[in-house]
Amino acid sequence: MNFFIISLIKAGIVAAVLMTTLAYLQWVERKVIAHIQLRIGPYRVGPHGLLQPLADVVKLLTKEDLVPSHVNKFFYLAAPIISVALALTSISVIPFGPEIEVFGVRTYLQLTDLNIGVLVLLAISGVSVYGVALAGWSSNNKYALLGALRASAQMISYELPLALAVASPLLLFNTLSLREIVDAQAGYSFGFIARWAIFQGPLPQIISFIIFLIAAFAETNRIPFDLPEAENELVAGFHTEYSSMKFAAFFMAEYANMVTICALATTLFLGGWHPPFPVEFGSNYIPSALFALCGAVALYHALHPARPKDRFTLPVFAVVFFAIALAIAVPALNPILAPLFWFAAKTGFLLFLFIWVRGTLPRFRYDQLMRFTWAFLFPVSIVHLFATALAVALFTR
Amino acid sequence: MGLNGLIGPVPLSWYLMLSAILFTLGVAGFLLRKNLITVFMSIELMLNAVNLTFVAFSRHYKQVDGQIFTFFVMVVAAAEAAVGLAIILTVFKNRSTLLVDDVDSLRL
Amino acid sequence: MDAILFLIFAAIAVACAINLVVQKHPITSALSLVGVMGALAVIYLLLGAEFIAAAQLIVYAGAIMVLFVFVIMLLNAGEEKKPARPSWFAKILGVPLVIAVLGLLNFFVQHGSPDSTITFGEYTGTAKDVGRALFTTYLLPFEITSVLILVAILGAVVLARKEMD
Repeated sequence: MNFFIISLIKAGIVAAVLMTTLAYLQWVERKVIAHIQLRIGPYRVGPHGLLQPLADVVKLLTKEDLVPSHVNKFFYLAAPIISVALALTSISVIPFGPEIEVFGVRTYLQLTDLNIGVLVLLAISGVSVYGVALAGWSSNNKYALLGALRASAQMISYELPLALAVASPLLLFNTLSLREIVDAQAGYSFGFIARWAIFQGPLPQIISFIIFLIAAFAETNRIPFDLPEAENELVAGFHTEYSSMKFAAFFMAEYANMVTICALATTLFLGGWHPPFPVEFGSNYIPSALFALCGAVALYHALHPARPKDRFTLPVFAVVFFAIALAIAVPALNPILAPLFWFAAKTGFLLFLFIWVRGTLPRFRYDQLMRFTWAFLFPVSIVHLFATALAVALFTR
Repeated sequence: MGLNGLIGPVPLSWYLMLSAILFTLGVAGFLLRKNLITVFMSIELMLNAVNLTFVAFSRHYKQVDGQIFTFFVMVVAAAEAAVGLAIILTVFKNRSTLLVDDVDSLRL
Repeated sequence: MDAILFLIFAAIAVACAINLVVQKHPITSALSLVGVMGALAVIYLLLGAEFIAAAQLIVYAGAIMVLFVFVIMLLNAGEEKKPARPSWFAKILGVPLVIAVLGLLNFFVQHGSPDSTITFGEYTGTAKDVGRALFTTYLLPFEITSVLILVAILGAVVLARKEMD
């Protein structure tokens, strides 16, 4: 019974954190895009627009839940549920940290570890095409149908380079369990270079990391591969006919997919929760130092005379940052929070990359998109897989 | 059997029975349906049913060979689906119908 | 626990398979087949075939069936117009014959199959075992399937390409 209670608690915590992250990822995205485009972004609801996600949720909840008369009702209602359920399921195999001890209970910072964890993630990402395809088909709308056709063709095509890019680091680790994959990336070669997959011998997996990221952009339908919802050609693509909470479900699924795929990239290529340099060099103090620095910067800006409104808000942020810095510095909490920090930092950086690319690159044309994956990405990933296999066969074991 | 049978381990014959039922349904679909695509899907259902038998016996003999065979069946099914759907596309392009009964120009 | 799980997913599989046969619209049939495949994947897990369960979802549900759905959406295939008109023979004898066939099957399976029970977790054919067998004992068939796939790709491309005229 103990197992069930611990699992329930962990699932509750992960669900709460994931939902908050999804809501605030949207805020972060709007802010970052705004700053890239020399705007300030959401600023009205709460200090620095921090309550904007809450306002969005309230708005979406209170909108009229419209079901057009010409849709296939069953599949129209099922599609957003399939999308969001599959997107949220895949987070359950991601390891967030090492084994910890809380109140005498030893547990891993991971919902569940499967022998075939990587395959399960691939399977979920393969099946999640149905959500998009069904949404487009059941809407009975030509834009939605075109969007769904594009989405399914794109997702099938990019799944190949994605799977091949995942396969090459697996050759180094010799396991499919995500927990063991992270364990295989522990330690440091020459005492200071982290043995993450992108640095690990015999063949550093930088190329497959890049292929993985490109394919991940396409799998999550993000710019520059957001053809399925290209608004100037297809209105809103597969979710044209959706409103209110059903629209929110697709939105949530897209962001959840982003979070999962970034977490997977972190786990496979960036060493999961392992710090980038050894503890002996003080990697445990970095999180505290960073948060303290953030607090100091916030205080400095609060004193700036040109920002009168921030005189009250920024000190509050500073206090929060200092509190987090202190919490990480406490010796009892450090072994729990430091790995979580590194995991969140790496995943957060990749998410930032997604947003950054959205703010920078234009959209591909459809034929370019298909030619890019079949004529370039796919051959490159196969050659890279062969090279990795050769290197592993020659130089290890 | 009784209630205890519902909690304990599963007899091998149950798996074989499930496989037989699925196979029968596949045959029924193959014979009853008129749509080329649905007929094709019934074949896939039959393949799946046979796969279940392979895996069940692989488990029974505690050997991995049955799973390997399932793997090969999947590969063949993938190849078959690619070619079969291409044929269906061509048929539809030439005759704009998907009904098996209407594709009968070879009939005397 | 094993038997309950088996019965639940067997029921889902059979219900979806019946739905496949009964439904008029091809896309409903296709999604029922996806349901069958998902339920079978769980049953494979109960049988300790982890890799096959994952491959079932990745290859069957994630690739082959997506192809089917894609083609159905592309051709915009509607419901079957002509209702299958059963003959009087089929009307009268259909259901009793099905019951008889299933009864016979049940009899033969119960008496002909090896008398053994399957406990979950007792034996697992891991991905490692499958991979080892695939690349040692079954290397030649494996290589031949890759040729088969190549032939299939060529066939599909030749069949589906636009006529040059």
